[in-house]
Amino acid sequence: MPKQVLVIEDEPNIIEAISFILSRDGWTVKTHSNGLTAVETVLMRKPDVVILDVMLPGKSGYDILRELRDLPQTATLPILMLTARGQTKDRELAERAGVSHFMTKPFSNAEVLAAVQALVAPVGDAK
Amino acid sequence: MITLNGLVAVCLTYVVFLFVIAFFAERSALRGQVRWLKAPLVYTLSLSIYCTAWTFYGAVGSAARSGFEYLTIYLGPSLVMVGWWWILRKLVRIGRSQRITSVADLVSSRYGKSNLLAICVTILAVIGTTPYIALQLQSVTLSFEVFAQPGVPSPEEGLRSYTALWVAFGLALFTVIFGTRNLDANERHHGVVMAIAVEAVVKLAALLAVGIFVVWGLSGGVAQTLARIDASELGSWQMDGGRWAGLTLLSAAAFLCLPRMFQVLVVESDDEGHLRTASWAFPLYLLLMSLFVVPIAVVGLDLLPAGSNPDLFVLTVPLATGQEGLAVLSFLGGFSSATSMVIVAAIALSTMVSNHIVMPIFLRLTGNGASVSGDVRHAVLLSRRLSITGVVGLGYLYYSLSGGGTALATIGLVSFAGVAQVLPAMLGGIFWRGATRMGALAGLTSGFAIWLYTLFLPSIGSGALSDAIMAQGLFGLSWLRPQALFGISGLDPLLHAFLWSMTFNVTAFFSFSLASFPSPLERLQGAQFVNVFDHSGGPRSWAGGVAQTEDLMIMAQRILGAPEAQALFEREAHRQGGRGLLPDPTPDFLETLEKELSGSVGAATAHAMVGQIVGGMSVSVEDLMAVADETAQMMEYSARLETQSNELSRTARQLREANQKLTRLSVQKDAFLTQISHELRTPMTSIRAFSEILRDSRGLTAAEHIKYASIIQDEAIRLTRLLDDLLDLSVLENGQVNLNLRQGLLCDLLDRAAAAANDGGHAVRIRRNGPNEQLMLNTDLDRLSQVFINLIANARKYCDADAPELEIRVSEKTGLLVIDFIDNGSGISVEAQDLIFEKFARVSDRQAGGAGLGLAISRQIMTRLGGEISYLPGYGGAAFRVALPRNFALAAQ
Amino acid sequence: MTETGPEISPERPRSPLFLQRQSYRRRRLIDAARFLPVLGLLLWAVPLLWPTGEQEPVHSSGALIYIFGIWALLVLAAFVLSLRLKVGGTEPGGGG
Repeated sequence: MPKQVLVIEDEPNIIEAISFILSRDGWTVKTHSNGLTAVETVLMRKPDVVILDVMLPGKSGYDILRELRDLPQTATLPILMLTARGQTKDRELAERAGVSHFMTKPFSNAEVLAAVQALVAPVGDAK
Repeated sequence: MITLNGLVAVCLTYVVFLFVIAFFAERSALRGQVRWLKAPLVYTLSLSIYCTAWTFYGAVGSAARSGFEYLTIYLGPSLVMVGWWWILRKLVRIGRSQRITSVADLVSSRYGKSNLLAICVTILAVIGTTPYIALQLQSVTLSFEVFAQPGVPSPEEGLRSYTALWVAFGLALFTVIFGTRNLDANERHHGVVMAIAVEAVVKLAALLAVGIFVVWGLSGGVAQTLARIDASELGSWQMDGGRWAGLTLLSAAAFLCLPRMFQVLVVESDDEGHLRTASWAFPLYLLLMSLFVVPIAVVGLDLLPAGSNPDLFVLTVPLATGQEGLAVLSFLGGFSSATSMVIVAAIALSTMVSNHIVMPIFLRLTGNGASVSGDVRHAVLLSRRLSITGVVGLGYLYYSLSGGGTALATIGLVSFAGVAQVLPAMLGGIFWRGATRMGALAGLTSGFAIWLYTLFLPSIGSGALSDAIMAQGLFGLSWLRPQALFGISGLDPLLHAFLWSMTFNVTAFFSFSLASFPSPLERLQGAQFVNVFDHSGGPRSWAGGVAQTEDLMIMAQRILGAPEAQALFEREAHRQGGRGLLPDPTPDFLETLEKELSGSVGAATAHAMVGQIVGGMSVSVEDLMAVADETAQMMEYSARLETQSNELSRTARQLREANQKLTRLSVQKDAFLTQISHELRTPMTSIRAFSEILRDSRGLTAAEHIKYASIIQDEAIRLTRLLDDLLDLSVLENGQVNLNLRQGLLCDLLDRAAAAANDGGHAVRIRRNGPNEQLMLNTDLDRLSQVFINLIANARKYCDADAPELEIRVSEKTGLLVIDFIDNGSGISVEAQDLIFEKFARVSDRQAGGAGLGLAISRQIMTRLGGEISYLPGYGGAAFRVALPRNFALAAQ
Repeated sequence: MTETGPEISPERPRSPLFLQRQSYRRRRLIDAARFLPVLGLLLWAVPLLWPTGEQEPVHSSGALIYIFGIWALLVLAAFVLSLRLKVGGTEPGGGG
């Protein structure tokens, strides 16, 4: 059964690019673009990996991340954060909020793929 | 032998000389050369009016009759002068700070500016002084007779009357001319003072000359003179102790209270330094005046036949020894003593009579008061001149009625005892805060009544009090005998009267003061007088704000004279910080004005006049407290502190606001960097991702190829547009923009902008009114259009209404073309309103695609075009106003 | 109304306990100026004690010399004081 990845992002072009890359690798890609309903969507879809943008309409990616980490179901969910704000303090903020992996835009496709794969790999090893 | 005519000629020459001196003194005072007029020596010499003809002639007479008693008259004043630090210094300071015009004014001013008290003191002074003036006239007449005797065997009544009349007339004339030149008592009578100083020198020189002649010329030296004195009937100390002590105290009291002495001591004085000099110089003057009195008396008793009038020894001794020149000098000395006393007494009394009796009556008769009556200044001068004539006339009348007999001889001390009744009220007033008007009134009247009954009436001889009363007492009550009150007989009549009158006076003064309660104004003045050295500022007695300054001005002009009043008002207006000619009627100003006026018409009248215009006065407990010592300073200080702290907190608030704005701007700066990073990275992410896909992915369809390539292109365009905007803004901000002026219609411009901004997507409905837009513009149309597009696009992006609608209103306001863009959304929050024109300020949560540079650019553009763009609060929705200068907009056709 | 409430208490500003030498001297000069008339009054009251009447009287020459001597001394003292007080300048508070 293919692993499921949920992409939470508001730029349609970037959604399209990530979907293309991951689905080619065999992932089931779901997308969502509203910050306000992001947490519910995660709980509902139960993805294996979440790719989370920072600047979302309605709610910031950091807040969503913090809420997810506070919930028992998603406390250990692998979350890859993507941001166009490449400053050091943004990375620190994300790490303190409990991010699994942090990447700045623009990214290379291979990097994203590798990061997503690495995030689910430990689970796979355990099996 | 000098003839009577010769003497009259000498006399007239001397008088002319005095007129000339007075005239020149006035003239140099007018020229401002007042330094030598204000010399301490002049002040000291002017005090010599204490030595009247009574002392000049009478001292020798007194010595011949009763030995050393005459000395007491000089010892008292000497002690007062030596002890100037106690009383005189305070009196002079009070006189200056309160602009006191007379002893009556002092008492009235101290006790709440009461005119009743002033009238009492004035009447007392007139009654006490009139016989004294008569005495001076008598002495001049007698001295004339001395010279006339050889020619005219028996002096006729006619001669006597003539002499006295002419002297009285001359004195009145001199006093009117030089005593009422200026109205303000505090502008000194320089002419009079100078003439008096000269007369002081003449009388001292005359007495010294006679004395030296007697000691060295007739007796052969000091030792022989002393031996001669011891051998004479005055050879041993035979002095009643009671009289010695009593008369010393009496003369000291009278020295302070005599109207003429108060005039020269306090009113004419303008420098406390003068008092310091006079403290030793005047006792020295008195010492010299009395030094040769006993030798002259002894030699006179020796030389002249028994029965000669010892009062005239000063004249008759030189005459008997053939020293006619010396006799004439001596005559001039006596003449000087008499005239200077009459002149100053007339000035002092006339001031009192005029200020406290004539002027109040005049003001009442003229009805509506000072502001509408005629020329008060003229009236005051006239009343003062009439008063002078009246006072001198009274003196003459008294002289001719009393027949110039020996009854006058004792009047000097009687008069002293009379005016001394003012002493308790005066000293109590300046040293005791508890002294009240009631106390002063009670003391004065009881003392005055007893003096009148026990001393004055008996002294003027038969007729005033019947023999029955003298012997058996009033109503036959023996304890009311005038010279043995309460059965205490055997006392010297003068001492008896002085003792009883002072006892009753002081007792009444104290007990009524203790029993009554003073009015606020009294307490205020009391504090001012008693603590005169602690605060020089005046009391605040007027409630300001209701007075009409113009009315005050009109009144002041009539009293002070127009130029003086205008200068005063202008000075006060300047002091208050204004630029006009009329100051505000603040309590401070009213106080100053009242003091200026009181220099002319007395405290009570000035107070009444200002009161008529201001319409009532109020002295509150707060005022009293303000006067009390340093309370005023403390209040002022705390008020200043309060102002300062208000100012500080205002500054702090401004600083806090500025800081808040800076903080917000700093946050914005951070946000700007983050934003610019985000805005650049986002399109780049798409470009990189899809270019990698195109490069690395195998098996892409042709459609996918095209799609991904066009995404790359779109994002590249977006990137370019952002860079363009940033460059645009930077160029506009640096002012490096060239305007491309063209002509076009406003409506066309709006059409194009609406079309460009509303291109595709959900459009906003635009409401416009055509006719107003028919305006030809001459400006950079592209730039203006950029602003319009931005505003319309904003409305489209951010208006959160269900059916977005934008209204564009065009109007003209005072040289400005105004275009308002108002949408029907929820508008922009107040705190965000002053940030929206900053770069990257996107206040909405809605992701709207723009980089947040639109309004910043629009503002820069409008500044370049000479207009402005602003947010209009209060329209419900977001409302922006674009204003252009009208000269950029030309009416179409 | 009684003397209570916000009644004025004319307390002077508190003076320093120790004065500088100059103002100390000046205060004593003022004290002297205050004392001078009291001294004069006392000395001039001495003639009250002189015998009169039948007892051996005081000669007039002696009385004159005594009274005028005191007079001259007072004038001299007042003169010296006035000079010294002038040098010290004027003190608005009146020296307490």
